[in-house]
Amino acid sequence: MKKIILIVCLLLIGFSAEAQKKKKNSKVSIEVDGVCMMCKKRIEKAALNSKGVKFASWDLKTHQLSLIIDENKTDSKIIQQNVAAVGHDTRGVRAKDHVYNQIDPCCKYRGKKIVDAHEKAEN
Amino acid sequence: MKRIIVITIFLFLPLLSFSQEILTGMIMDKNNPKDNLGVFGANIFWLNTSVGATTDEKGWFKIPYKKNYNKLVVSYVGYKTDTLVITDLEPIHHFITLENELEEVTLKSKKKATQRSFIQTQNVFTVNSEELLKAACCNLAESFETNPSIDVNFSDALTGTRQIQMLGLKSPYLLITQENIPSIRGAAQVFGLTFTPGTWVESIQITKGAGSVINGYESISGQINAELVKPLTDKRFFLNAYGSLGGRLELNTHLNHKISEKWQTGVYIHGDYRGEKFDRNKDGFLDNPLTNQINVMNRWQYLDSEKGWVSFINVRYMNDSKQTGENNFNPNLDRGQTNIWGGEIDTKRFESSLKLGYVFPELPFQSFGFQFAYSNHEQDSYFGLKTYDIQHQSIYSNLLFNSIIGDTRNKFSTGFNFTYDAYNEFVNLINFSRNENSFGGFFEYAYDNLDNFSLTAGVRMDTHNLLGTFVTPRIHLRFVPWEKGVLRASIGQGRKSANIFAENQQLFASSRQIDIQSSGGEIYGLDPEVAWNYGVSYLQGFNLFDKKGDISLDFYRTHFQNQVVVDWENTERISFYNLEGDSYANSFQTEINYFINDYLNLRLAYKYYDIQTDYTAGKLSKPLTPNHRFFANISYETKQLKLNNQWKFDMTFNLIGEQRLPNTSMNPIQYQLGDYSKSYSLFNLQITKVFSKKFELYVGGENLTNLKQKNPILAADNPFGANFDTTIIYAPIFGRMLYSGLRFKID
Repeated sequence: MKKIILIVCLLLIGFSAEAQKKKKNSKVSIEVDGVCMMCKKRIEKAALNSKGVKFASWDLKTHQLSLIIDENKTDSKIIQQNVAAVGHDTRGVRAKDHVYNQIDPCCKYRGKKIVDAHEKAEN
Repeated sequence: MKRIIVITIFLFLPLLSFSQEILTGMIMDKNNPKDNLGVFGANIFWLNTSVGATTDEKGWFKIPYKKNYNKLVVSYVGYKTDTLVITDLEPIHHFITLENELEEVTLKSKKKATQRSFIQTQNVFTVNSEELLKAACCNLAESFETNPSIDVNFSDALTGTRQIQMLGLKSPYLLITQENIPSIRGAAQVFGLTFTPGTWVESIQITKGAGSVINGYESISGQINAELVKPLTDKRFFLNAYGSLGGRLELNTHLNHKISEKWQTGVYIHGDYRGEKFDRNKDGFLDNPLTNQINVMNRWQYLDSEKGWVSFINVRYMNDSKQTGENNFNPNLDRGQTNIWGGEIDTKRFESSLKLGYVFPELPFQSFGFQFAYSNHEQDSYFGLKTYDIQHQSIYSNLLFNSIIGDTRNKFSTGFNFTYDAYNEFVNLINFSRNENSFGGFFEYAYDNLDNFSLTAGVRMDTHNLLGTFVTPRIHLRFVPWEKGVLRASIGQGRKSANIFAENQQLFASSRQIDIQSSGGEIYGLDPEVAWNYGVSYLQGFNLFDKKGDISLDFYRTHFQNQVVVDWENTERISFYNLEGDSYANSFQTEINYFINDYLNLRLAYKYYDIQTDYTAGKLSKPLTPNHRFFANISYETKQLKLNNQWKFDMTFNLIGEQRLPNTSMNPIQYQLGDYSKSYSLFNLQITKVFSKKFELYVGGENLTNLKQKNPILAADNPFGANFDTTIIYAPIFGRMLYSGLRFKID
């Protein structure tokens, strides 16, 4: 019986570690879809325009949007919504089709042809 | 007990079967492997899927696995993103490394030979090493010849020294920095640029207008910053030899060595020698001085990108001697005599600097910087019977903090400067020594809306023992009205103490008397110079016949509140007095760059200056400055073959309009020059043959049409008489100059 208690305790410790203190300068990374430097500008601008985001940098190759945020003011979900609101799909939030349709033709990252064309241009 | 075992087995069964589909691993930071801490919050995901996980506080992660997943991406803010190839379920242990921001910056500058920035708030033009190679020779003063924003003039008929001007104002009104440390100022003002060998320069940034407040209050019409080659990025070995038919020989050697992962060092040696006497215009005077220079610099570079530290330590020593005057002048016999006129200029300069920078690893937008520089500049010289000796010791230090307000759209820099200058100056043995010190604080705010508007507003306050306490404001604005169009505006103030002798040394090689009309001011009895500079500029990029180009229009006005007027209008003397009335310099420039194809590049520029000052004799335009200039440069490269083998051609054409000459009507008729010089044109050509990455040869000619100023020296027949004057120079003295050289480099 003691052993079971021990196992349960160990499991609980694992959970309690998740409940962290909110950090003022927290590093967060979100996957955001996009294809070019124009997308980069749009994504970073949308991220920086959301309250509590101090630093934003989107990587064209890995599609990772690296952020430094104030956890008291914002969280990953809000930023994802703001990025999706300018037409870029994130891992958690998909941009609405009518917003996506408004972005520049060359940035239409959902179309395979455009993605291939950008990849070719880079190589 | 059995029951418990059975329960436990049942409990673990699902976990076991599940764990077969899970990849586990640990992510660690390569910087601190010792404390055995993992990276908390790193992102892990399978490439091209939405399957991801984050690491826990110990750096561990668990991520579902399928057979068709094979590339695992690991990313973390401020670190390089890595992609790992996964073939089985072995737990992985991966180290991530910091992104090296410093390296990125140096790579970016290699894009184009010259670049007018579309992005920066200030009107900045960058000249990189490729463009610098197009200039024939050999030092910083001469490296602006292919750049229309800067004018290069001869300062006098004797020393061959070239002085630069921007927006119609001479180099003392520019803040010239070496890696952001004010360097060419005070006693080094006239010859300073010629004391930096061209091969040492990695790139030059030219800012038109007021500039930033960070480096001081001295810049009035602009700032020029020279970045020197760095041990980390320069070639391991570099050799450049140059010889010209004008008798000039130069040798440059760079040696760079990696001491450890973090320390790099480089030794840079420059020597130049001109021992052959030329008097092509047969006026009895040397066309160029006899020179001898040795210049040695040792740099140490420290880079710890993981902890965010970067440092530079520089030590440099230079010894330069020049002999000028009549052809048969022998310094040992003729100095102090009145039979043969001659002069010597001996300069020794020692310089050392320390730079320390720290970027917070957790906060890439926040950094500290510290700079400290000491220099000792000593010039002993005589011109005929006149002597001029100056020693200038200088200390400069700067502490800087950069960060953001809220987010990276709002950035700021703030900090302090301290400068100390001790001048020991003797003119014909009269003591003009003085000490200057100043302490100031600055704050510069930069806003960028990430779209079409940015602003830099800076203010500094300084307390100076001679200039008093004053505030210096500067503002730059940038607005993008439409695609590829950039509109800029700037306004700012600058002030400086005028080093009247050091800045106008050519006066000693004339029979002019020195006349200082003292107003009881603190510097030579004169007041500090104060000016406002306003400017607007517009840059438009375009595509014509599918090829890129850009056109720019600049208008700048410098308006002096006080100026130390240098009055050459009476041939008997040179007068210095505080401005009474109006003094301004208006400049307009338009420039077109067009890339006709991948190999052919065209640059055209036209400049108009209107510079007026109220002299005692009335309002006059600035002497020896043309109102109109036209500039054209064509560069052509053949296609690169194997081993970078190619030809490069570069042609520069300059048309210089007529220039007002100082009044010589009081002179006897044979020594009068008229009111205006004629306009003339200059043509330079350079051809480079690149044989391989390691070796290239170049030949070229300056002033190919062999244009020469007639009678550059007034009263050359009677140098000890009352009319002798070598200061009225408006065109080349030497005529055509052919040269060749080689470059050898090992990576």
